[in-house]
Amino acid sequence: MNSNASDPAPRRIWQEVIRDFQSAHPGITVVLNTYDHESYKKALPGWLTGTAPDVVFWNAGQRMRQFVEPGLLRDVSAIFTPPIRALLNEGAIDLVTVGGHQFGVPFALYPISLYLRRDLLEKAGVKLPIKSWNDLLSACVALRHAGVTPVAIGTRDLWPAAAWFDQIDLRLNGPDFHADLMAGRVPYNDQRVRAVFGKWKELIDAGCFLNSHASLSWQEAQLVMNQGRAAMMLMGNFIVPNFPPELLDRIELAPFPLIDRDVIPAEEAPVNSLHIPSAAKNPEEAEIFLAYVLQQQVQERLARGLAMIPVNRDAGISDDRLLKAGIEQIAGVTRLSQYYDRDSEPALALVGMKAFQEFMMHPERLDTLLDRIEKSRQTVVR
Amino acid sequence: MPDLTRPGPENQRHRIRPLYSRPAKPLVFPILLLAPAVVLFAVFVIYPILKTIALSFYSWNGLSQPRFVGFANYRELAPDPVFLIALTNSLLWLAAYMAAPVLGLGLALLTSQQLAPMRLIRAMFFLPYVISQAVIALVFGWFLNSEFGLLNALLHAIGLPSIHPLESERFSILAAITAGLWLQAAYCMMLYVAGLSLLDRDLIAAARLDNIGALTLFRKVIAPQLRPATFIVLMVTVVGALRNFDLIAIMTLGGPYDSSTVLAYFAYEQAFSSSQRLGYAAAISTVLFAMVWGFVGPLLLYMLASEKT
Repeated sequence: MNSNASDPAPRRIWQEVIRDFQSAHPGITVVLNTYDHESYKKALPGWLTGTAPDVVFWNAGQRMRQFVEPGLLRDVSAIFTPPIRALLNEGAIDLVTVGGHQFGVPFALYPISLYLRRDLLEKAGVKLPIKSWNDLLSACVALRHAGVTPVAIGTRDLWPAAAWFDQIDLRLNGPDFHADLMAGRVPYNDQRVRAVFGKWKELIDAGCFLNSHASLSWQEAQLVMNQGRAAMMLMGNFIVPNFPPELLDRIELAPFPLIDRDVIPAEEAPVNSLHIPSAAKNPEEAEIFLAYVLQQQVQERLARGLAMIPVNRDAGISDDRLLKAGIEQIAGVTRLSQYYDRDSEPALALVGMKAFQEFMMHPERLDTLLDRIEKSRQTVVR
Repeated sequence: MPDLTRPGPENQRHRIRPLYSRPAKPLVFPILLLAPAVVLFAVFVIYPILKTIALSFYSWNGLSQPRFVGFANYRELAPDPVFLIALTNSLLWLAAYMAAPVLGLGLALLTSQQLAPMRLIRAMFFLPYVISQAVIALVFGWFLNSEFGLLNALLHAIGLPSIHPLESERFSILAAITAGLWLQAAYCMMLYVAGLSLLDRDLIAAARLDNIGALTLFRKVIAPQLRPATFIVLMVTVVGALRNFDLIAIMTLGGPYDSSTVLAYFAYEQAFSSSQRLGYAAAISTVLFAMVWGFVGPLLLYMLASEKT
């Protein structure tokens, strides 16, 4: 079993899960090999086409699909019996499904949410909760008046800007269009893509974003929020441990505001999953392990240890207030998208994210930027 | 009596005994001693260079089989706007680095005075060079940070508006160059300090007795004796200017949106980040290689030619 859960806490959790699995299934031994994130990404295609392990960690969505198409992953639909399906988050199942069959098992996900400093918003006279687009716009204006930067964002590493693009696209054009766009089936100078940038421009014009974002990493941007100079941040829940403990009860979590009420609700929530390569030597045992991971107690332990949201709806929600809010955010949602650089072709994603950063600083250059991304899309999607 | 104010071949001959006038020794020993170094050099430097140039004619993503594409990578490179920015920035870096020898010489002359604290000051100026380039890039990045940097804190303290070079598409490259220049000037200073210590004191004393002005003294007596040091300084500066990867990778990441990218970083990004276009990156590297030779080549030839006299 090859894993990229190389950070200390996740690694320990998986070792515990494997230990319990082995005592529950005495005939099966699991050998866990852990690699760091970057090496893993580069080595995985080699494993799938060559000597394959029995289980691999990966991400659902487009990243999984790129291996399903050449037939490199085993069909594990047998695991998804009706009782199991009823237990799991539909969006997560959808992301491991291709052509009606499942090719992997999702085990956890983390939502991208808008984190708010309730105290700063109240001081600026903003009424919570922020539900609609206009709520967000007026919050920005009120915060600027009060001398606080509305949204902290650090685009030095490029990907945080993509969160805004993804969310606006999901809310404006819906998850089906978003999936098509990510798969490279829609040209980037399409009217609907322009509309996304148009909405984004409304936020830029209202002075929503931290001015110095281009040179800041997301950690530095969060520091600005911790220091009380910014009030909101659109990020995954992995930023929660970086909030100082005394600040935590002033933090609120909200889903991205709605733009069009008729659009199918969808959330951006990268899903981590387990897969079995087609070339695996012990596929039946591997399937038993994958099914084991979906069980309630295992899901609970994973969620608590990884600080992520379990896909099993029965899994006991932890006492963490913010984690609970995250669970609520995706509870009713049937469609999940991953993240821009997970869903898109990597080379295209790089060009796209640089264009997002440039757009945030120079919205007047939209036409040139869209042409540039479109050119990249055409060379990539052959 | 030889004209001591005009150093020329006649004067040099009295001092330097060329190697080839010594009795010939058996060639076996030099070859044996050189062999390990030459072999290592061939394997770890020459071979990768040749392989990279060859790779630039293929299209390869590191996973599947490389595909021969002839000059396609170069044809794609020429109109690529990012390549143009990278090339311009690299040339700008080279041009700006020409200030390093001047600064270095100035500092060397300044600190060569026989005053008490000069050795300490010289050591302080040399300090940046013992710190790795990566650390310098990191510290400069923090210094210039828009939100938390020391520079803006100081500017605020004296009532000046803050500056944000690292967010500016026009100035982020200049910020990186400044950090590198500081480093390179220190290195040039040390090379010139070594060069100055080899000056002929008698020559200078004699020239001073002749009551020539300071500028003439410098131009006609000191500078010509610094010629070997100057060659080394120039070569090191040119190579240093094109080894700017560390500074860009840490200070600006080529940003904002590629405006401060240089050839070395562009090649790295194309090869190892999400793009994974190793053939394209090899083409960029080959262009960089050609550029280095375009500058270092003539210098080397000139130095070799003048050594023969």
